[in-house]
Amino acid sequence: MSHTGAQLIWESLIREGVEIVFGYPGGAILPTYDAMTEYPVRHVLVRHEQSAVHMADGYARASGRVGVVVATSGPGATNLVTGLATAMLDSTPLVAITGQVGSGLLGTDAFQEVDITGITLPVTKHNYLVTRAEDVMPAIREAFAVARSGRPGPVLVDITKDAQQSRATLDWEGAEPKRHLRHLPLPLDRSELDRALELIRSAKRPIILAGHGIQLSNARAEVLALAERADIPFALTLLGLGAVPATHPLSLGMMGMHGESWVNRAIQEADLLIALGMRFDDRVTGKLKEYAPHAKKIHIDIDASELNKLVPVDVAIAADLGDVLRALLPAVPVADRSDWLGAIREWKGDSAVRDIKNLPDDGHLYAAHVMHDLWRLTKGEAVVVTDVGQHQMWEAQYYKHDGERSLITSGGAGTMGFALPAAIGAKFARPEAEVWVVAGDGGFQMTFAELMTAVQEDIKVNIAVINNGYLGMVRQWQALFYEGRYAATPILSPDFVKLADAFGIHGQRVECRGDLAAAVESARAAKGTALIEFKVEQEDSVYPMVPAGAALHDMIRRPAPSVLAETGSDPV
Amino acid sequence: MSHVLVVYTDDEPGVLTRVASLFRRRSFNIHSLTVGPTERPGVSRMTVVVDTDEATARRAVEHLRKLVNVLEVQQLGVGRSNVIRDLALIRVSAGPLKRSEVLQLVEVFRANVVDIADDSLVIECTGSLGKIEALVDTLRPFGIIELGRTGAVAMARGTRTALKAAVAPLRTGTGAMSV
Ligand SMILES: Cc1ncc(C[n+]2csc(CCOP(=O)(O)OP(=O)(O)O)c2C)c(N)n1
Ligand SMILES: [Mg+2]
Repeated sequence: MSHTGAQLIWESLIREGVEIVFGYPGGAILPTYDAMTEYPVRHVLVRHEQSAVHMADGYARASGRVGVVVATSGPGATNLVTGLATAMLDSTPLVAITGQVGSGLLGTDAFQEVDITGITLPVTKHNYLVTRAEDVMPAIREAFAVARSGRPGPVLVDITKDAQQSRATLDWEGAEPKRHLRHLPLPLDRSELDRALELIRSAKRPIILAGHGIQLSNARAEVLALAERADIPFALTLLGLGAVPATHPLSLGMMGMHGESWVNRAIQEADLLIALGMRFDDRVTGKLKEYAPHAKKIHIDIDASELNKLVPVDVAIAADLGDVLRALLPAVPVADRSDWLGAIREWKGDSAVRDIKNLPDDGHLYAAHVMHDLWRLTKGEAVVVTDVGQHQMWEAQYYKHDGERSLITSGGAGTMGFALPAAIGAKFARPEAEVWVVAGDGGFQMTFAELMTAVQEDIKVNIAVINNGYLGMVRQWQALFYEGRYAATPILSPDFVKLADAFGIHGQRVECRGDLAAAVESARAAKGTALIEFKVEQEDSVYPMVPAGAALHDMIRRPAPSVLAETGSDPV
Repeated sequence: MSHVLVVYTDDEPGVLTRVASLFRRRSFNIHSLTVGPTERPGVSRMTVVVDTDEATARRAVEHLRKLVNVLEVQQLGVGRSNVIRDLALIRVSAGPLKRSEVLQLVEVFRANVVDIADDSLVIECTGSLGKIEALVDTLRPFGIIELGRTGAVAMARGTRTALKAAVAPLRTGTGAMSV
């Protein structure tokens, strides 16, 4: 009986390579906090447990490691739920450890008792209720294995107070997990690979759909090799941005609801889709019945339950993407598809003219300009963490992400309030990186208390608050589909410069494009966290747009510019 | 259309909730679900009958396979190649005048009478889903007072056992994501 359960928690975390945890203490987890002081682990005290999960999420997405969260029972644990759901939908590996009331009190509605394993069941990959100290190490070890293996995701370990306080023997070897191996992919099936090759060989108008799985599988080199060898252009999902470089000649850009029109058109006209580590979310397919009607489809994803889920495919391979591509590549014939690429380029020329990016400064500040200029000023090398809304889409359209893990955003859940805490987590993971938050005035007000966390932890992130005075994305839908009735979307904000001042950080306001560069430079130069409020056009909308439920080619295009377009000034 | 899924799971608290929650969340319609121990200590066996199309049943299998507590899932057709049995207890009204008629039917269906009261009988019947439904239909005119069914338990004919295959060497492939 060498250790307390609380010590075994930290002994396990250390052995899993954990250096930092994000959390918030309380009664039921107090033994664990008390034991923490003996271990070389950095603890980041958040201002709300939801932010702890987002921080761990940002940390995990920026680094590829498992993020760790600690919280107390009851309200501490329930505050994790949104964060866990966010991580679940975007396949982020996390381990959340929660305290629970003593095992003798379970089921009695004791003070701060909440059935958190019941509540989080559908938003975690798996969860555990641990009531004995000897079960702590096996549960945590398995939790890490489950979080990392196959399609990654969050795992919660709920540990009763008495399990933290009582003693057990440390037995790391004896805690080796096995069950997570049960459903790993079968060995590759040669005949499926051959069928995929045959489709690639005979395709005239193929297109790669590049998703988040590329990053999770570390398969960037393999995907690029496939694209280059077979001369196949690639379109990206929102979470796929950065998985392969945006400025690569074969990169088309983002697909889907706010994807570029030439990208969606290419998908609709393609004769082969090669879907890599993506899941045909409704935001990328539009109306399923009319989705890519001429295309044969190859779908490679590690999660077998994603195959043939919404889009029936011709070849479905459930395996690690990198493994599949390495097996496939030697047999992929070198090809030249300049006709197909030329056609897409022609479609692109037609839409690019309308692009706001190409319009001269008319004295108004457009969010699109802010993103475009931010991209140029940071040379495209920043890690950008976006919140949810119009600014998120503009960022995706105008900040060209070349680097891996350089865009962190809540895609599947679309969780407002994600950006600031996730960015703080990302900065912990990659202290050398320049980290930018891009948030709306609405979402930023959900979690800006974490500014104080950044200050307390001496973390520098740069923040662009895109203030349009509205819950802009919802306002856009109201403008388009609800006859302009702006129910509950105008939103007031505090004076962000004074707010920054109150937190003791650098703050600035920008209202015209001419002042943008200087403000960005002084934020970058500021010692700690810096905030710039961009007062942008209030009723600007994100174009192009595929209305929900419409076919992918049924886009609302960018309105024709009123000023003669100045094209060609900006090559990318 | 009915599909039968045989699911081997860890015999642990909460596993039934995980399986049931999955079916609810993905809107798979459960017709019946039974759980019991197996030849292996620590392993439970569920038989789940779902009313759905083939594609959805296959998706249910893949979702079940993602549960950490699931060892293996077998999808069985409802045809002759598999044994599917359900047990029903039927309390049927049978006063002195109708009793012999009911007893005859019990005979025909090779069911048993397990309790006799003044004006009712409790009949126990084991068989395929179809047989039980037929018996219930036949008895309905007499007046069914109470009906309880276990739900189906299923097993493939022949020698194969899914569990052995599942428990022996674990699946290979690296499956290791970089994280
Ligand atoms: C937690 C949460 N609540 C509500 C929504 C619905 N929603 C999606 S976008 C949006 C508006 C966001 O407004 P803002 O943060 O100002 O960004 P903008 O669209 O104006 O750029 C809302 C309310 C959401 N995604 N997340
Ligand atoms: Mg806004």
